[in-house]
Amino acid sequence: MKKKTMSNTDYTLTGNTTSLSAWQFLREELKPKGRWLTPFNVISLPIMLAGLILIVIRFWKGIGSITNLTQEVPWGLWIGFDVVTGVAFAGGAYVITFMVYILNMKQYHSIVRVTVLNGFLAYVFYAGALLLDLGRPWNVINPIIGNSFGTSSVLFLVAWHFLLYMIAELIEFSPAVAEWLGARRARKILSGMTLGAVIFGITLSTLHQSGLGALFLMAKDKIHPLWYSEFIPIMFFVSSIFAGLSMVIFEGSVSHRVFSDQISEKKHIAHNKILHGLSKVCAVALFAYFTLNVLVFVHEKRWGLLNSPMGYWYLTEMIGFVLLPMVLFFVSYRKQNILLIRIASLVTMIGIIINRLNVTVIGFKWDAAQHYYPSWMEITVTLAVIFTEIWIFRWIITRMPVLRDSPAWAKEQS
Amino acid sequence: MSIDRRDFFKVLGVTGVTLATGKRLGAAPGMESRQEFYGMLYDSTRCAGCQGCEFACAEANGLPTPDLQDLPVAGIERKANETRRTVINAYSTSKGEMYLKRQCMHCNDPACAAACLTRAMYKTHDGSVIWRGDKCMGCRYCMVSCPFDVPKFEYFSANPKIEKCDMCYERIKEGKMPACAENCPTEAIIFGKRRELLAIARKRIHDNPGTYYDHIYGEHEAGGTGLLYLSAVPFEELGLKTTLQKSSYPALTKGFLYAVPSIFVLWPALLLGLQQATKDNNHNEEEDHE
Ligand code: SF4
Ligand code: SF4
Repeated sequence: MKKKTMSNTDYTLTGNTTSLSAWQFLREELKPKGRWLTPFNVISLPIMLAGLILIVIRFWKGIGSITNLTQEVPWGLWIGFDVVTGVAFAGGAYVITFMVYILNMKQYHSIVRVTVLNGFLAYVFYAGALLLDLGRPWNVINPIIGNSFGTSSVLFLVAWHFLLYMIAELIEFSPAVAEWLGARRARKILSGMTLGAVIFGITLSTLHQSGLGALFLMAKDKIHPLWYSEFIPIMFFVSSIFAGLSMVIFEGSVSHRVFSDQISEKKHIAHNKILHGLSKVCAVALFAYFTLNVLVFVHEKRWGLLNSPMGYWYLTEMIGFVLLPMVLFFVSYRKQNILLIRIASLVTMIGIIINRLNVTVIGFKWDAAQHYYPSWMEITVTLAVIFTEIWIFRWIITRMPVLRDSPAWAKEQS
Repeated sequence: MSIDRRDFFKVLGVTGVTLATGKRLGAAPGMESRQEFYGMLYDSTRCAGCQGCEFACAEANGLPTPDLQDLPVAGIERKANETRRTVINAYSTSKGEMYLKRQCMHCNDPACAAACLTRAMYKTHDGSVIWRGDKCMGCRYCMVSCPFDVPKFEYFSANPKIEKCDMCYERIKEGKMPACAENCPTEAIIFGKRRELLAIARKRIHDNPGTYYDHIYGEHEAGGTGLLYLSAVPFEELGLKTTLQKSSYPALTKGFLYAVPSIFVLWPALLLGLQQATKDNNHNEEEDHE
């Protein structure tokens, strides 16, 4: 209660309580808040600027001018990391909304908003990264307006689901925007749409998380057999559960430090309990994922592949980044150790990056004479995309009731 | 392991499709049974490696004239790229130096077309697989999916095209042959109905048992291709992939795609049911919900 009043959530646009006009309000909100010369700004700004320049070059001179992509390896870091890995990390939103709205586990309610916001921004920016990778982005309209539906394409499905899911997440998040703007009626209507959006969103997520894996089903002869199986879609789906939750744990730990002024005492304490709960879910999901992997491994008789560099790499992934974090999550849950949870989530996240890159980049054409490595320019653009997302995230957090409590009137409504 | 995902998906799929849309998901345009595709038969034993087809192809498709110095040499794999749709390569084989022409295979059920979300890659009723620039968004998923690595992309253009052999689609429509087939002095490339070409190929193998390796590459590879190969030596000696599956590549994603409509029907119902069932469970925990 003490901290809440520092913010602007008690302004109302409709004007009876304060005299701010809509436009004054917006101008106020667009101004940066807080100090400018933070270490984060100092690092991120130059990279974002460099990224912008590189993007201009890319649209002017072609994709090859800043990437190392080849005729044999047409998808690199931007798809493998930005899109495929990024979307896995954004999976937290559907898992948390599932727990809160479908299983009615209300104890997780306080992290719904920030998770949904995170997921939404991830989709906006990673779908944005997809546009950077399109050679003829203006034709992206074709599969959307329907003058050319490639319904037999997995990518068609995935692209549409991205689009629809962004809308679902926007609806899920919209009450926070309404609270920020003081739009009481709108908030009421939008809150009423939450459950529908959640159900739709979970359905879409199931399909496109697995769809991202299904994208590679036709590349059967190009992906290393240790990572290729007809079960890739299921693997991608199951791993998106702990990928998303690890991101939630990681993001939550960072947010609670960086935005501590936004968070009430009560929520701080509740958060630790939330982390414990999530670590249990992660451990179980990792266990399911590991079992699946073992089953596929035995089923496809892959023993002979193990004794090779790629085989050792596979073992590293399975033991170091699936089995180990699983054990860590179990232990941290039993011992109620927050630090251990954070470490486990970090290891899991690294593991997800490795896994997604193994399927999409490292294991793709692993036997080719010439290997693909991302250029420094591809990496810079990727970092620029991530930083821009964090900037927008920060902008929203410091303005809308995401981490902090909703204004009193909103609580009365629900 | 007893989970058979394919069967599971199939059942789900059939129910789901009927439930949700009443319509089957886009079966690949024209399977062979329904249509008589054109194709080409390339007989490596007749090829002189003169590169006449390369020149004819470049001219017919407005591509740069091939470099006269760039001859096929055994041991060097020349590759098609965004400036050339077909290449002739030389190989030193167990039966001496042999040539092989590379180009798009014009698969019966092409992976590239199944991959394409804008239907820019498209199998025509003639059997040629063509690329349509007004639809393509340059995602390069066709390149990822093609088992023969055929589609090429203009990486250094602000308005990049996908470059690949289209079996001279326009010329076929005018009743002409593909430029390479027309200009081959030794008739190593012949053009015709795929069924007839297969018969010719079989006859050649049958009539000259000492000359040919007993296999028609493309009859079954990747579910059958429009381009058929004959050779004197096993095809791996000529750099062709012989480990490809015999069924079509798009079939690999069918299980997944069929499952989609059923998930769309089942999931929301299931979720709503769960939501109702757990509704009153947690009142003791509602600390956050004043
Ligand atoms: S060879 Fe490749 S590009 Fe040609 S039709 Fe088959 S899948 Fe398409
Ligand atoms: S690059 Fe063009 S032709 Fe190839 S799959 Fe994408 S949209 Fe289709």
